[in-house]
Amino acid sequence: MIDVQNIRKDFPILERKINGSQLVYLDNAATTQKPRQVIESLVNYYENSNANVHRGVHSLSMEATDLFEEAREKVSSFINSETSQSLIWTRNASESLNLIVHTWAKANLNSGDEIVLTPMEHHSNLVPWQEIARENDAKIVFIPMDENGELDLKDIDQIVNVNTKIISAVHMSNALGTINPVEELTKIAHSVGAKMVVDGAQSVPHMPTDVQEIDCDFLVFSGHKMLGPTGIGCLYVKMDVLETMEPFLTGGEMVLQVTYEKASWADLPMKFEAGTPNIADAIGLGAAVDYLNEIGMANIHEYEQDLTSYALQKFKLVEEEGITLYGPKEASKRGGILSFTTGEVHPHDLGTLLDQRGIAVRTGHHCAMPLVKSLGVAATARASFYIYNTFDEIDCLVEGLLDSLRYFRHDER
Amino acid sequence: MTRGSVDRIYRDQVILDHCRNPRNQSKVQSPDITGDAINPFCGDEIHIQIRLGADDLISEISFQGEGCAINIASGSLLSDYIKGMSIRQVKDELVRFTNYMRSKDSGIDDLQESLGELSVICQVKKFPVRIKCALLAWSALDDGLSD
Repeated sequence: MIDVQNIRKDFPILERKINGSQLVYLDNAATTQKPRQVIESLVNYYENSNANVHRGVHSLSMEATDLFEEAREKVSSFINSETSQSLIWTRNASESLNLIVHTWAKANLNSGDEIVLTPMEHHSNLVPWQEIARENDAKIVFIPMDENGELDLKDIDQIVNVNTKIISAVHMSNALGTINPVEELTKIAHSVGAKMVVDGAQSVPHMPTDVQEIDCDFLVFSGHKMLGPTGIGCLYVKMDVLETMEPFLTGGEMVLQVTYEKASWADLPMKFEAGTPNIADAIGLGAAVDYLNEIGMANIHEYEQDLTSYALQKFKLVEEEGITLYGPKEASKRGGILSFTTGEVHPHDLGTLLDQRGIAVRTGHHCAMPLVKSLGVAATARASFYIYNTFDEIDCLVEGLLDSLRYFRHDER
Repeated sequence: MTRGSVDRIYRDQVILDHCRNPRNQSKVQSPDITGDAINPFCGDEIHIQIRLGADDLISEISFQGEGCAINIASGSLLSDYIKGMSIRQVKDELVRFTNYMRSKDSGIDDLQESLGELSVICQVKKFPVRIKCALLAWSALDDGLSD
């Protein structure tokens, strides 16, 4: 069982007051707060172990390399990868997706080939595919979605066919909270010889992830959404696929031998990590993974499901106030992300009023413009949870919402 | 809970009136100038159409907006404010107003007084993240004038 009050003590920022009120941080889908353990790992690295990695024979360089590679091992085990050679450091999930597109997709997509996406992709899993589709004369096809924001797989046999070369799908939607059946999609992809990309930016931080069980070919995720620092992201690629891929960026660190005429590539995964990597933040992400493992991902998922069920109930009670909630109705089909609109009050105005009470929510299109547009609105407000959020904070949100609505209605008279 | 500062926007009768009953909504036919602006971060939109009359003075103006209260009120106030001005004057006003809104200076000065009804928008300076909402209509105007 999770001891939230104890967990909260690890997050110095939660002590802050915002506009005179205790911070209620409900913007975790954008970025999460950092526990002391992660912050200290960064300070400790810079104060005691800072050196460049994979070069130099001096002790400090070896120490930094060990810490850096140890972090890779930790993150690799966290997603149950067979080997840490499959785990490439990037800046964020967007860069990971761009790496896939500019290496694997560029080499393997031909005229008439099809890329299958869902309608709920973040711009980062849509725009790079639009670009490569244009360049390689391939076509993007979308899996339909029902009114609850769940994928409709009844015609999937027609959508995924012999022309399909790749399916790329978000595991947990950042705008709706929907959890997609990525294992099933992977089986479908493999049945036609296509590859499977899973965007785990929202799922890896909130539920146990096992790349061997999903059997996906690629998984992308970001450190800062799972208690880690910004500027460090990950790309997992199944070994037999990774071995066929050409480098993304070239230069230092990623080479084996260089002459004035040509170069040969370093072993995996360094072949995909040109230049000095983000050493400190990789180590910081390792510390974040330690922290999450200490609590246990299954426990985290269970606790967030409880928070989400509670929030769904509370929202249901205030339905007649004109609050529309998007995404699946059942907590088991979604993560701790609630996207909503309140008919008469625009999300930005609502966001400003909630901010006056110290409540941080996101408002806008959540980097999923076509999806939000398909809901028939220009923007939504979004509250997203993590392990340090409490049931009291959900009460606080709902109270803030009702109060804000009353504030605006007062003037209707 | 104190709402002193939000009240200056959401309880301001001029802002409320303009956001609930935005002026100059019916689209100008065969406009001489059209301008559009979209805020990529939030998806809010403003579209402006202007028709020039004698001496290149603005004889008709219309706008359509999608978005928050501040965005709509600002669009409506802007459309009233520049009606009858010359293009040259509008260009000066554009620079003067946007510079003021983006400056760190928050005191009431001559500029605010010369703005008439539009001066209520200056209150948005107290909410730095919302300044872009207040300036979206002006960006659409800028877009139209620089075509």
